[in-house]
Amino acid sequence: MPELLQFLLSGITVGAVYALVALGFTIIYNASDVVNFAQGEFVMLGGMITFFAHAAGLPLPLAALIAIIVTAAIGVALNKLAIEPARGAPVVSLIIITIGASIFIRGATQLVFDKQLHRFPAFSGDQPILIGGATILPQSLWVIAGALAVFVCLWLFFTRTLIGRAVLATANNRVAAQLVGINTKYVMTLSFAMSAAIGALAGVLVTPITLTSYDVGLALALKGFAAAMLGGMGNPKGALVGGLLLGVLEAMTAGYISSQYKDAAAFVVILAVLFAMPQGLFGRKSTDRV
Amino acid sequence: MLTVEGLRSRYGRIEVLHGIDLDVASGEIVTVVGANGAGKTTLLKCLSGIQPVSSGSIVFRGEALTTVPAHARVRRGLAQSPEGRQIFTNLTVEENLRLGAYLFADDKVERDMQDAFAMFPILKEKRNLAAGGLSGGQQQMLAIARALMARPSCLLLDEPSMGLAPILVAQIFDVVKSLKALDVTVLLVEQNAFGALSVADRGYVMETGRITMSGPAADLIADERIRAAYLGI
Repeated sequence: MPELLQFLLSGITVGAVYALVALGFTIIYNASDVVNFAQGEFVMLGGMITFFAHAAGLPLPLAALIAIIVTAAIGVALNKLAIEPARGAPVVSLIIITIGASIFIRGATQLVFDKQLHRFPAFSGDQPILIGGATILPQSLWVIAGALAVFVCLWLFFTRTLIGRAVLATANNRVAAQLVGINTKYVMTLSFAMSAAIGALAGVLVTPITLTSYDVGLALALKGFAAAMLGGMGNPKGALVGGLLLGVLEAMTAGYISSQYKDAAAFVVILAVLFAMPQGLFGRKSTDRV
Repeated sequence: MLTVEGLRSRYGRIEVLHGIDLDVASGEIVTVVGANGAGKTTLLKCLSGIQPVSSGSIVFRGEALTTVPAHARVRRGLAQSPEGRQIFTNLTVEENLRLGAYLFADDKVERDMQDAFAMFPILKEKRNLAAGGLSGGQQQMLAIARALMARPSCLLLDEPSMGLAPILVAQIFDVVKSLKALDVTVLLVEQNAFGALSVADRGYVMETGRITMSGPAADLIADERIRAAYLGI
């Protein structure tokens, strides 16, 4: 029994990271129908920049803040330099651009920083907390709390604020959005900034547990994508639930079958979702009258 | 209020507006009538800034608009109710209306919404439903109501009667007429020439990207050529 609980706890920790990546996907997808495969690189940048700023002597909270701001700026640059000029291209082309951007960011990080694995200290120490025979790291609680906080903020943003609904309106009908006075370019910029900031936050929170290096982004992007698909693309609740489910599934696969098959869990999920219910768990079936 | 001179626009290499001259005075209801494909919708898209202009000028309340982006034109008081079902299908009726007043965050928004519900009671009934589930006529009403939420001084109406049952067509034209009392200047684009000319002060006839006739609406309705070509009389 403690074994099951242990797998569950580590699954939820990893799942919270996937949920944060999936939430990042959700925002950009909601604004533009684009799946941004550079989302994983934002996580990597969050961890890497924090490490190097911290190593340069800055206190950890300040280093983390800088990492989040710089990553958000990189997200804005990605939109301005790569996505916006290609506006009007089919969505598939835009998605391919984001894949290119992710390769570029990975390469640039390798040159600017290095290829080593890095870690900075956990926020509340490394003393594991005992729960019913299983243990959890204090940093795991930070990760889970971070995912929940981001989810609540996003949910409020999309349902309670006018600008949040303007983001949804822009995704639904860009021309009509312009006709009611929404600056759709600004909406896109905002979405990329928020998405990148959330990715960077995930990187800041998880690096003390999983370590980071220039190439951790790709796997995270794919896992986050699987989580977003499972929950239903475009739905913040789906991203959260999908992320946690995928994390737990992975932990159970690793624990009860073999850790070698751990990564396969995500891909089995993607295939199963696409075959059985393409709209995901919480995805809205579109209700267009034709 | 709105002056258009020598307006040209193209889709790719094909020019669809070959130099349009048109003006709308404050408080007027002006209509542009013409057959399907005459370029009427393109004209409105140019005025709203969602279709590029290749040459010519658009002056609205003394200010050249040609280089002003679409969202900023709404801020200047020029709003459009677009053709067809250009509403936010994934949002509720009420959210659609609220977004119509995107530029405002004051108490008047709520009053404007009540006015919109008074104008179109069916929208009040369906206020919490997804707009994508409305019927074609209801979506058309929503598009008009949403444009009015932007507090326009000049409203561009694109084919408000298209695809509607005759009883709804009459209702929509009544609404257009009632806008005069609200101090909203209207530029109405219509295939339904008879309906449009009956509510308008002046009219323009558009054929394949050119204005071919213009004058007071009453004269146009009485004109033999127009009666034969557009009114089926």
